[in-house]
Amino acid sequence: MTLSRRTSATAAIAGAAAFALLATGCAGTADTAGSGGEPASADNPITLTVATFNDFGYTDELFAQYEAENPGVTIVHNRAATSNEARDNFFTKLGAGSGLADIEAVEVDWFAEMMQYSDRLADLSDDAVADRWVDWKTAAATDADGRLVAYGTDIGPEAVCYRADLFEAAGLPTDRTEVAELLEGDWDTYFGVGEEYVAATGQAWFDSAGATYQGMINQVEFAYEEADGTVIATENAEVEAIYTEVLENSATLSAKLGQWSDDWFAGLANGAFATMLCPGWMLGVIEGNAPEVEGWDIANVFPGGGGNWGGSYLTVPAQGQNIDEATKLAAWLTAPEQQLTAFAAAGTFPSQVDAYESETLTGATNPYFNDAPVGEILIDRSQAIDVAPFKSVKYFPINDAMQRALTRVDVDATHTIEESWQQWVDEVNSL
Amino acid sequence: MTAVAVDERPVRRLAFSQKLSRWDVKFSPYLYISPFFILFAITGLFPLVYTAWVSVHEWNLIGGQGDFVGLDNFAFVLQQTPFWVALRNTFSIFLISAVPQVAFALVVAAVLDQNLRAKTFWRMGVLLPFVVAPVAVTLIFSNMFGDQYGLVNTLLGNVGISPIGWHSDALASHFAIATMVNFRWTGYTALILLAAMQAIPRDYYEAAAIDGAGPIRRFFSITIPQLRPTLIFVIITSTIGGLQIFDEPRLYDQFGQGGANSQWMTITLYLYNLGWGQLNFGRAAAVAWLLFLIIVLVGLINMALTRLIASSSGVTASQKRAVRRAERASASTEKEKVSA
Repeated sequence: MTLSRRTSATAAIAGAAAFALLATGCAGTADTAGSGGEPASADNPITLTVATFNDFGYTDELFAQYEAENPGVTIVHNRAATSNEARDNFFTKLGAGSGLADIEAVEVDWFAEMMQYSDRLADLSDDAVADRWVDWKTAAATDADGRLVAYGTDIGPEAVCYRADLFEAAGLPTDRTEVAELLEGDWDTYFGVGEEYVAATGQAWFDSAGATYQGMINQVEFAYEEADGTVIATENAEVEAIYTEVLENSATLSAKLGQWSDDWFAGLANGAFATMLCPGWMLGVIEGNAPEVEGWDIANVFPGGGGNWGGSYLTVPAQGQNIDEATKLAAWLTAPEQQLTAFAAAGTFPSQVDAYESETLTGATNPYFNDAPVGEILIDRSQAIDVAPFKSVKYFPINDAMQRALTRVDVDATHTIEESWQQWVDEVNSL
Repeated sequence: MTAVAVDERPVRRLAFSQKLSRWDVKFSPYLYISPFFILFAITGLFPLVYTAWVSVHEWNLIGGQGDFVGLDNFAFVLQQTPFWVALRNTFSIFLISAVPQVAFALVVAAVLDQNLRAKTFWRMGVLLPFVVAPVAVTLIFSNMFGDQYGLVNTLLGNVGISPIGWHSDALASHFAIATMVNFRWTGYTALILLAAMQAIPRDYYEAAAIDGAGPIRRFFSITIPQLRPTLIFVIITSTIGGLQIFDEPRLYDQFGQGGANSQWMTITLYLYNLGWGQLNFGRAAAVAWLLFLIIVLVGLINMALTRLIASSSGVTASQKRAVRRAERASASTEKEKVSA
């Protein structure tokens, strides 16, 4: 077969054009707001899709319960692996004007980015739920026009998870009260105990520089942006200090497993590291990925005081076909009772005020974590949070680039601390 | 007389049915081919032009069209180091995947061309990996290529080779991604080559065997030269596919951005990061157009090489006939590919 000039040129053009199609396929505008839709009943069956990521603690049983109480409703639950993946999907389809699930979960890190387009989300304001959440959670989800566009699910008060069996082997205390006393203090204390552990065992103290950095940066009120949105990330001495500190310590203390990588999940199960920073929702991740491991425990302590990592919301995109039914389901899912069920399943700590009074939470223990009183510990940890980090529209891309900078030094070992910092500065400037 | 009068009459108008049949002959072929071009105009040409329109504007994924900025988006992209890194990665992955793939496919096809028992079983067997979804292939391979606890590094460790940084070293990551591409595509390429091989007249081999040529000599002196046109087809299609590689690098790690240091960020992945990560469609469209131009350029180079090969080979009449037969065979497999 000899290709003539025309056929191969056409083949090349056709191939390239097919690709160009990808780039334009999603560029439409999204001003078509979906209708409220008919209420569901046995005669008018509807399907509601719920999109979450990681582990929200929404079990099949939970959805089955709602389906039983509301005849005609079928719920389809889609779970993305990471929050990054969910974000890509969310913005693509929000821009395209179609394709989003009826209920979309949104993480706090890219929440501000999303709030720019709050007019594309359904107004969920309702007196019945007005006082359901802690104040700052509700305030962040209310847009300039006073519309409440998202229902809070969980918050992420952080504690320290540790492997009691590995602590014992290293000659460290294993009881969670003693561990809490041992680690009480600032980050230097945490890294200092790590040095002891590493000296005794030759094993790593924490999982990765990236995860540890996340705990530290969430204690800074204005890390990357000032209150008016001005980007200060690259000039902020505090950011550079944290960056340098965590990487210098990682040289000896880190297991060098990039968070959420296949290696990291394997490391969770095989004892590659002895401690990790543990927001409430992380408990479900650990238990789910290392089900056979005995020894994980949780200590009521966090370096440098308290910290919040993550926490999410549920939104109802205005493009959906069944907005009223979706709002009803979102309200039900974020009600204190259901959030407590989710907490029991995955450790997602409630952002709902009423839940804190509940016996279910205060008396909650987790058999996997050696029967730790996780409810009590996390309530304590949430009260220790004294900084609400300011996250504006550039927070997510800057922090994402920062995570790559940390990975270059810690996991990949392709760059020195200074080189990687410089590359990050360049990347932030090109945003 | 009357007959003469009839002859002198001006030629009467053609009946409509005659006209129709004349039009039928003239225009029908174009009508029959038109669905392809109409479809192409809608799904190919329009997006191409629209992307060009987007690329000269500020354009946010959600906010939509902004100001006209001329070629600023192109200038910005061309000044970015990541763009050139992406270009390097794309070509590197393409070369590491395409070259061994064609070579290996040739060997597989040659083996399948022999008198094997249960021929169809073996032929379908090599196509099996092609049936597996690329996402599934990538998930499995990424796990195998884990830096610390991956299967590959464990096996290497068993024979005393120190672990390779599959996700940190650029070349190693390209190799891993090329492995996934080859896993999926080698069987497919082998079948195309096999079809062409079977069109080679068997008398050539007999004549060569009588002249004392061994199997290796027969392979290099008869099979390979006869396969040339099909090889060119395979190379061109794999070039276009290779330069657009996306699924494999996207799913190679948990973040899908091509690595912390852009180790395996390809052009399409860079485009994706710009468009969907930074929500900047103007710049993403500029990258899409640059990629288009690059593919056209590579296509032209391919074509020039093709002509060079076609004119330099002094083929005999019977060889030409065989080539034509091979063309027919490969044309039918090509059709299969299009319909697939």
